[in-house]
Amino acid sequence: MEKFQILRSTAVPLPNENVDTDQIIPARFLKATTREGFGENLFRDWRYAADGQPKPDFVLNNPRFSGRILVAGQNFGCGSSREHAAWAIFDAGFKVVVSSYFADIFRGNALNNGLLPLQVSEEVLQRLLAQIEQDPQTELVVDLPAQTLSVPVWEESIPFAIDAYKKECLLNGYDDIDFLVSQKEAIAAYETSRPWTY
Amino acid sequence: MPKSLFDKIWEAHVVKTVGDLSVFYIDRHLIHEVTSPQAFDEIEARGLPLFRQQQIIATADHNVPTLNQHLPIQEPLSRSQVDKLTENCAKYGVELYGLGHERQGIVHVIGPELGLTQPGMTIVCGDSHTSTHGAFGAIAFGIGTSQVAQVMASQCLLIDRPKRMRISVDGDLRPGVGAKDLILYVIAQLGTGGGTGYFVEYAGSAVRSLSMEGRMTVCNMSIEMGARGGMIAPDQTTFDYLQGRPYAPQGEQWEQAVAYWQTLYSEEGAEFEAEHHFDAAHITPMITYGTNPGMGIPLGGTIPLDVVPSEAAGFSKSLEYMGLTPGESLLGKPIDYVFIGSCTNSRIEDLRTVAAYVQGKHKAPHVEAIIVPGSKQVEKQAKEEGLDRILADAGFTLREPGCSACLAMNEDKIPAGAYCVSTSNRNFEGRQGPGARTLLASPLVAAIAAVEGKISAVPAYNELELAG
Repeated sequence: MEKFQILRSTAVPLPNENVDTDQIIPARFLKATTREGFGENLFRDWRYAADGQPKPDFVLNNPRFSGRILVAGQNFGCGSSREHAAWAIFDAGFKVVVSSYFADIFRGNALNNGLLPLQVSEEVLQRLLAQIEQDPQTELVVDLPAQTLSVPVWEESIPFAIDAYKKECLLNGYDDIDFLVSQKEAIAAYETSRPWTY
Repeated sequence: MPKSLFDKIWEAHVVKTVGDLSVFYIDRHLIHEVTSPQAFDEIEARGLPLFRQQQIIATADHNVPTLNQHLPIQEPLSRSQVDKLTENCAKYGVELYGLGHERQGIVHVIGPELGLTQPGMTIVCGDSHTSTHGAFGAIAFGIGTSQVAQVMASQCLLIDRPKRMRISVDGDLRPGVGAKDLILYVIAQLGTGGGTGYFVEYAGSAVRSLSMEGRMTVCNMSIEMGARGGMIAPDQTTFDYLQGRPYAPQGEQWEQAVAYWQTLYSEEGAEFEAEHHFDAAHITPMITYGTNPGMGIPLGGTIPLDVVPSEAAGFSKSLEYMGLTPGESLLGKPIDYVFIGSCTNSRIEDLRTVAAYVQGKHKAPHVEAIIVPGSKQVEKQAKEEGLDRILADAGFTLREPGCSACLAMNEDKIPAGAYCVSTSNRNFEGRQGPGARTLLASPLVAAIAAVEGKISAVPAYNELELAG
């Protein structure tokens, strides 16, 4: 997993609420058996017409906006558990998604792939969306060690929460699987200690 | 401290805690062809064995065609994904209920059917509708592919403990109102994100009165309000369903199991971070009009005229996609497709409901009716009961099992612009095919729409209204 420390970037606004993982990556693009290449179909049906032509009104096709931070409406990533959604967002070059809350499975999938789901209040989210819309060159600074999202033009630094263990994993690029495999003895002991086993 | 059903099962599966996270033990791991190949690759790349391969069960469901399953899958990418699952299962010694097996089917249909799903268990699958298995009083939830690899490598996950929510529905469901209406009603009340961060227990006399299949329909859609999962305390209905199934305990072990399962309930005074109460008498036949499952209304109701300002943009976009207008009634709206199937509503009781209604009637000529059993066993039983003939006489074709038109991943898709009354779980934009317009409803509402050719009232429910 790629390490995450500090990111300074402009951002892409996607104010839609309840963005589900079928919009992030439709099921017909889930047939690959590897993790790579999902970025080209990110938001496929919002981004491209049926004939493959880019839809000019979708934000990813708007040359005003660019950057490695996606700022999205509340309940981002709801619906299907497909990790392909996190892979597609990461593969398209994003390292952070900001929202006022995330669907649980998406949040976990993002963290397992070095993509930071950064939760802010609804009030901050709406101010961010308005700021980016007004000035697409606005830079944001995501400082994971300090757990802050800074907006230099506001002269404001907003703290965000993240589980201490998950933070360490992101900072160092560690996967949960390494840790869990290191726990095999404890797991085997647990299995034998169970009063009721299936 | 009195414990909830969730507390009892959660605490019995914590191997150890790491800060706010738990090393959480998984009893059963279900896998399918879409979310497992990258996990097998990761295990292989790290040179790890499967830690407990006998606790993993596989099936092929998302990509499979529902006609001519005896022939090779035509679409090359779907075929390669299904082939990859077969190869991986053979290589690692995982039991596979693959295409052609007499017990193949949708992963959330075959788990309970085989008796793999039991009270008190923890069950995961790389599929959000794993919440279905909570109907048996299990902690069951969907996971991502990285987590599939973690369970393969360690039989555990490193996760935080969700908050607890109890949703009680008391009273009697009215005629023509079923489990699907109950859960669509609850989601319409709480919203598509209303359960985020929570694990739900469904309780109350209306929930208790449901069959196991009805309970599975309810728990299945927990994820549609954002909940991690949903569960119902096991009772005699649960034990009666399980007894004698292939993987259910037998003999003395059965007695021991039932004695343990009877301890799995929420004690008086158990703590829940959120509680909701609903009256079953307020629940009508339901239908959705928008592009998330929270956008549901009574079948005889009207689409809201407006919503709170913060949701106005999404509401307008949704109605534009659906070709519907605020304040409109859906009754009388012509439809093009009816899809009866999916892990929500493809079990034998669903097929019986449809057959009982369409017997002696015929679908409207302009409607295409797709009916897909959840498993080979459901298909077999439907044929033994003669349901296939009743359905055929009414112009429906009983297909072969799979996820089918629920998710537009296989050959079964709804064309752009077409309206489909669907018994599945998601009405997201493009879910049933690019541009497809999905109206979620119960099998009964779907069967009536197929016959009438338009969205129509449920006679049993409406007669009651007139009498009242």
